[in-house]
Amino acid sequence: MSLAEHLTQASYLGAAALFILSLRWLSDPKTARRGVLAGVGGMALAMIGTLLHPEIVNYTWIVVAIVVGTMIGIPLSKVPLTAVPQRTALSHAFGGLAAGLVGTAKYFLWLHDGELTTFRMGAIGIEVILGYLTFTGSLMAAGKLQEIIPTRPMTYRGQNVVNLGLLAVAAGAALLLLFRPDIWQLFPVIIVLSLAFGVLMIMPIGGADMPTVISLLNAYAGLAAVAMGFALENKVLITAGALDGSSGLILSIIMCRAMNRSFTNVLFGAFGQVQATAAGAEAKSVKSGTPRDAADLLENAARVVIVPGYGMAVAQAQHRVREIYDQLTKRGIDVKFAIHPVAGRMPGHMNVLLAEAEVPYDALIEMDEINRDLPQTDVVLVVGANDVVNPAARHDTGSPIYGMPIIDADRAKFVIANKRSMNPGFAGIENELYSADNTLMLFGDAKAVLGEVVKALAGDATH
Amino acid sequence: MPVLDLWSMAFVFLLATFVGFQVIQNVSRLLHTPLMSLTNAISAIAVVGSIIIAGEQKSTFSLILGTVAVAASVTNIVSGFLITDRMLKMFRERKPRS
Repeated sequence: MSLAEHLTQASYLGAAALFILSLRWLSDPKTARRGVLAGVGGMALAMIGTLLHPEIVNYTWIVVAIVVGTMIGIPLSKVPLTAVPQRTALSHAFGGLAAGLVGTAKYFLWLHDGELTTFRMGAIGIEVILGYLTFTGSLMAAGKLQEIIPTRPMTYRGQNVVNLGLLAVAAGAALLLLFRPDIWQLFPVIIVLSLAFGVLMIMPIGGADMPTVISLLNAYAGLAAVAMGFALENKVLITAGALDGSSGLILSIIMCRAMNRSFTNVLFGAFGQVQATAAGAEAKSVKSGTPRDAADLLENAARVVIVPGYGMAVAQAQHRVREIYDQLTKRGIDVKFAIHPVAGRMPGHMNVLLAEAEVPYDALIEMDEINRDLPQTDVVLVVGANDVVNPAARHDTGSPIYGMPIIDADRAKFVIANKRSMNPGFAGIENELYSADNTLMLFGDAKAVLGEVVKALAGDATH
Repeated sequence: MPVLDLWSMAFVFLLATFVGFQVIQNVSRLLHTPLMSLTNAISAIAVVGSIIIAGEQKSTFSLILGTVAVAASVTNIVSGFLITDRMLKMFRERKPRS
């Protein structure tokens, strides 16, 4: 082994250590930014080590690609925080694409040089299938999150059979290549089928399932990198890919549990279809109030819990919510935020939006903990959340969300629920919380209506 | 490839997965969005494979695929680390109010 090779391997070892430390430091908001630095250091080390590789003879195109990537990457990092789910999905797509392209290039190079061993072929097969399906699947997810593509689940008869059939054919073709790697015509077939499967896999997924799906795509992108590592015999690829894969898997499991659903149910269940028929029940009478009424209720409370949901993100109302928080805490009222794990469109979505609005993170409380406090809470303010506060999940065995853990908003003395209109939420499920005796509905755009509430509260403070 | 290499890679995969599970389970739910953007940037380690393909220049075909793959990976590295840091800067504790 030459000195350069030793240096390369040593840099990979250092990079792997830094990646682990990076995630380790992310466990606490106090050390988290150090984690980013460690990640950057690890990546720089791995890239420098690779550039020392003796096989690399020309740097021109590498430099061009690095410049282009940087030019796309910088604006992508400056998107508004409400667009973070789309950006994340888009970067999963890029990750999948890179894995797919490297696998494709390596297949043809090794086939030409006669170095395509069975082991390499197997690793490439997995890498390419995962890579390309992650590519198109993540593009679809990004399109749905950006609402370029309809967010409602798109379903048709026999959908699951068609999807699984496509995947089975792709896997079968890859299996055949293990024994006959020279039938190169099979390779484009695998690529096309994987690309198509990615699109079809996301079609029946609705917006409410996005947190799970985006986590799953995260895991796929990581596993594609692992497969690339096996093909290229590169241990830093295996390590970093495995870290990403396990992270995506853990997040998917947390999301599934928070919805009381299984992986197969999320991927093949087409959430939202059943409900469309189950919904149509007669409209119950609701009490509608003015921002003035809401302000009165809030300022006479001792304990207030705010439950944010995707509606807050859509209306960009997080700053108004923070102003309400300020007005109330100024009066000595105890205000906390109840964060449901699947509120929003990706794991942790609400936390980031509220942090952007400068809500201190120790006021953001997880579901299980806040549920203990809710019976002693005077007012719950629901902002654009729906299914995660629907009491039907606790008692209505016929409800599609039965069994899903919820925030027990209905157990507080009063509930103020902000909503654009009485249209049922994303899943199309009627929410009995809105027609409860102790609930006051506050109709209108969250940003505008909560702005009125803030005005009413501020006016009272000066009198 | 020597059989031992195969097994040592399998060991690396196994151990890294266990380390990943342990470390990531400790990440506060508060930071799950930054976690995803950070792991996203880290999994852009695919840049290593892409650089080799683009740099060894064995055929025009592989040069094109490699260059696109490097660009895609660098996009993830740059945007992933930058946005993670941007988000983390926003998380602050309750300050005693004056």
